[in-house]
Amino acid sequence: MSALEVLRAGPQALVTDRGRPGHAHLGVPPSGALDGPAYELGNRLVGNPGGAAGLELLGGGLRVRARGARVVAVTGAPAPVRVAGRAAASHTAVYLPDGAELEIGRPVGGLRVYLAVDGGVDVEPALGSRSTDLLSGLGPAPVADGDELPVGPGSGTVPETGPVPVSLPVAPVRLRVRFGPRADWFTDARRALLDPTWTVTPDGNRIGIRLDGPSPERLPDARDRELPSEGMVTGSVQVPPDGPPVVFLADHPTTGGYPVIAVVEPADLPLLAQAPPGTPVRFTATA
Amino acid sequence: MADAAVRPCGSRALLFEVPNAAEVAAIVAAVRAAGLSEVTELVPAARTVLVEVAPGASTERVREVVRDADPATTPPGTGTVHTIPVVYDGADLRLIAETAGIDVDEVVALHSGAEYTVDFCGFAPGFGYLSGLPEPLRQPRLESSRTAVPAGSVGIADVYSCVYPRRSPGGWRLIGRTDTVLFDPSAERPALLTPGDRVRFEAR
Repeated sequence: MSALEVLRAGPQALVTDRGRPGHAHLGVPPSGALDGPAYELGNRLVGNPGGAAGLELLGGGLRVRARGARVVAVTGAPAPVRVAGRAAASHTAVYLPDGAELEIGRPVGGLRVYLAVDGGVDVEPALGSRSTDLLSGLGPAPVADGDELPVGPGSGTVPETGPVPVSLPVAPVRLRVRFGPRADWFTDARRALLDPTWTVTPDGNRIGIRLDGPSPERLPDARDRELPSEGMVTGSVQVPPDGPPVVFLADHPTTGGYPVIAVVEPADLPLLAQAPPGTPVRFTATA
Repeated sequence: MADAAVRPCGSRALLFEVPNAAEVAAIVAAVRAAGLSEVTELVPAARTVLVEVAPGASTERVREVVRDADPATTPPGTGTVHTIPVVYDGADLRLIAETAGIDVDEVVALHSGAEYTVDFCGFAPGFGYLSGLPEPLRQPRLESSRTAVPAGSVGIADVYSCVYPRRSPGGWRLIGRTDTVLFDPSAERPALLTPGDRVRFEAR
């Protein structure tokens, strides 16, 4: 059976796919790849059906050895790739001979690098998904040095794909939001969210990204109020009483008790997921 | 549900806010019964129901179904009835008894004598908020939460009782423990408790 032998996992390597939506009423987060387009591109490059599992690497740093020849693709944040010690390209299909080592360095921009492998990472699914969910501990444990990641049977065909443009993230990250459901808890929700330039703090993770900036002021009659827990969607901008907003990502809790001032458009969340600490962030309102 | 406040929640979801749990249950029942294919998540909570639709889909049919939902015509709790055996030896049992002004045996009799409804789930996979807690046991959370509550711990807080599905931090007052598995991702029904189910605790 084919496998990837993990020689060095790097800062954080997680098995990922499209996640397990549809279980929020049981308290199960959607999870899945934070940069969905980068993850999907990897599968297309190696000829996988959509939804095949790959790896999400925070800050690159992975070194694996192929057991059985495979085709792989590295996507997401642009990072140096080496196969058997020789430089290879990211964002394209790369042939990995049996026994060869694949090394992915630190991204030169952005944060999260995706590795797709022909046949997909074939670990046991939980609730229809192989994604690691860091909040609730569902799915496989984070990848560790010495792990052997089983790889499923490949399609045997690799599509001819032309060069794929690599986009470097630009600052400030612009996130489109729709106000609500609890914008009416704040003195002037639009100004409070749209005027400042926010900064990505270092304590973000797959659950959410905490921003630094002036905390939106609550209306006097909402100051000491508590909100009974309510359902939250991915992209919710939640404002805790003691500070600036948190933008919830795929491993977010399914319910929360702090008011959500606005929700980020799903298509813009990959930009935030790729923003290193210190990146400036601006919110803009959609119509 | 003419009196439901509709709050937008991004481009794909609506949050319906109602005055009580019966209306939450009525909305959930109506949306389920309508079988709308575009609905991807349906999340009841204490006073709200979150409904999310597929990318590109409209929320218009959801609005119509919720507008027509009526607690008066909603069939009463049709969910599964679960009996959960509990050893009542929780770390906060004395605190609970003192706060209620009764003795420990009475706490056990009250907690195991009531029937609970799973109002909603959240916090962790399989963690249900069970309403139906007798009045003297309606007590606040601990002043500072524990960093690790063992799996199977049975707790109370506010108007709810709960069972911790897995080891996690937690601030609920602990009344006892159970061996019942609350969440098993490999099972056909991974979560034992689903909103609408009913629960009885049995003293062991």
